[in-house]
Amino acid sequence: MNAADPAGIAAGAPGSAARPLLQIHGLSMRFGGLLAVNDVAFDVRADEVFAIIGPNGAGKTTVFNCVGGFYRPSSGRVLLDGQSITGLPSHKVARHGLVRTFQNVRLFKQLTVLENLLVAQHTQVESRLLPGLLKLKSYQDSETQARRRAAQWLDFMGLRQFANREAGNLAYGHQRRLEIARCMITQPRLLMLDEPAAGLNPQEKHDLQRMIDRLRREFGVAVLLIEHDMNLVMGISDRILVMEHGKPITTGAPAEVRSDPRVVKAYLGEA
Amino acid sequence: MANNIGSALLAALITAIVVAPVFGLQLVRQGARTLMAPHWDLVALASATVFVFHLVRPWLARAFGSIRLPTLPAAPTGGDRRVIFLLIALAVVWPFFGGRSQVDIATLVLIYVMLGLGLNIVVGFAGLLDLGFVGFYAVGAYTYALLYHWAGWGFWEALPLAGATSALFGFVLGFPVLRLRGDYLAIVTLGFGEIIRLLLTNLTWLTGGPDGISGIPKPSVFGIEMARRPSTEGGTTLHQLLGLPFDNQHMVVYLYLMALMLALFTLFVSNRLVRMPIGRAWEALREDEIACRSLGLNPTRIKLSAFTLGAMFAGFGGAFFAARQGLVNPESFTFIESALILAIVVLGGMGSQLGVILAAILLTVLPELAREFAEYRMLMFGLVMVLMMMWRPQGLLPMKRPHVELAP
Repeated sequence: MNAADPAGIAAGAPGSAARPLLQIHGLSMRFGGLLAVNDVAFDVRADEVFAIIGPNGAGKTTVFNCVGGFYRPSSGRVLLDGQSITGLPSHKVARHGLVRTFQNVRLFKQLTVLENLLVAQHTQVESRLLPGLLKLKSYQDSETQARRRAAQWLDFMGLRQFANREAGNLAYGHQRRLEIARCMITQPRLLMLDEPAAGLNPQEKHDLQRMIDRLRREFGVAVLLIEHDMNLVMGISDRILVMEHGKPITTGAPAEVRSDPRVVKAYLGEA
Repeated sequence: MANNIGSALLAALITAIVVAPVFGLQLVRQGARTLMAPHWDLVALASATVFVFHLVRPWLARAFGSIRLPTLPAAPTGGDRRVIFLLIALAVVWPFFGGRSQVDIATLVLIYVMLGLGLNIVVGFAGLLDLGFVGFYAVGAYTYALLYHWAGWGFWEALPLAGATSALFGFVLGFPVLRLRGDYLAIVTLGFGEIIRLLLTNLTWLTGGPDGISGIPKPSVFGIEMARRPSTEGGTTLHQLLGLPFDNQHMVVYLYLMALMLALFTLFVSNRLVRMPIGRAWEALREDEIACRSLGLNPTRIKLSAFTLGAMFAGFGGAFFAARQGLVNPESFTFIESALILAIVVLGGMGSQLGVILAAILLTVLPELAREFAEYRMLMFGLVMVLMMMWRPQGLLPMKRPHVELAP
């Protein structure tokens, strides 16, 4: 499962073929007296789906927040493509190609579905004042392209008929998909999904699994995943990190993790 | 029924307690002494009214419960081009036939339209509650006044600089405070507005203190003065050039047309801004700042741009205000002015430009029409706001999202 696919690495990771896309070293996060994340280390390769699992309160989302720049970690280093992004503000981290979704969907609720996708392209479009005010050609072209990219993603997610609907009025499953589309339209290198299957029905979970698979294959994006649904995690992940009480228990392929007694203990308690 | 009478009695009692210190006990001067004269009849009247109202309220609710309050349509986004041109043409032509005082009020309306549209960028689009907007208005007005007073600048040279100075103030204020949110931001901006006013009052050597600066010239028409007599030896005035008799009405109409031009410019720019990436970013930021950051948008820069651009329009409005009044003093820039502009934005419907224009007209013209009731102006103002919030909390003409047809 983890056997390096030379073609995949060559396509996904420029520079050193051996270097993972994301490296986390000794990451700790302390809130007052609470050590929410304690010395976590892992890495994500450019072509893999990497999952973090663990009981509630294990510190999974805190890891996400540290990696994404929403928290400044108390100690440890975060490297993206060998370059340190530790402690950078979140919008700068995002510009390095590392974007995320949220446990509770965070759409721009009063904006239309299409506008949500246009806002996400803010760093790619012509956003200076004068070209826009004067409707210069460069501005109009950039807007047309932005709309075209948005339309492509709406098609990909099957949301085209909702393009002009307010995002807050979409069905929950559609909101989840829109949030992923909004991430993908920024052309990320690493997509971080925080419990993407929460609140979805079995059919939608199945669709989600296929979608994540397609995103990886067709767009060459690595996926870092937090999820409680074990079917989804086991079915989609290349490697899994198990956390408990802020500490990593083990990392490995799904089959290894599933049979690890420490993991069973963390989830089911002492037998 | 007994229950009903009980609650009506309670309401009447509360009314009596609330009203007694206000109406029941009035201070009367008698020579050197101040006496307290009770007016219990007024209190009794108020209590009785409340009592009767509460008694018949269930019956009233049954009788009128089925009546729906009228609903207004949402503001159209595009609108018919011809209708817009017709409206603009009408706005250009009517002052030539209107009376002097009407045109004057219309000019005032247009100043508030300009200010409302400027504040709409900050509050309506970007969702940043700014209670000190009048500060930027003051900066614009004093920029022109001071440039005239100390350097003899004319209106047209000073106008861009007034906008730029206000924008600069917006930028400089915005930089430290925009990490604050909601209530905190509101308080800081409120303080800022007051600081500006106090500075203008106390920097007497520069601003003339409470007396302000007077004799500010009206704008010229492409460098040609509009006055009874030329102010310089050998100069010509517009009416001499055109061979018309001098008429004060000309100036009034000219000021109106200029205000119209500035207001249309503000409308055009803010209308385009909200459809541009920056405008989308403002609205996205209003909805969810964390999501914005997760997508690579820099919230500080986006907020600053809203603050700066909003302040710029206030600066333009201020410079025009100074030219129209011919006099600026700190009295014109009190907090109540900020509150009025904010009321225009909220009443119109946050983010809705058509709504802001409508509200600016309503809130400027209605007090003028009801001059006899000037004492009760604030009371009516408050009543209108309360009713609005009950009947239509989203404003007169709430903003509608743009509808975009996607190419297949």
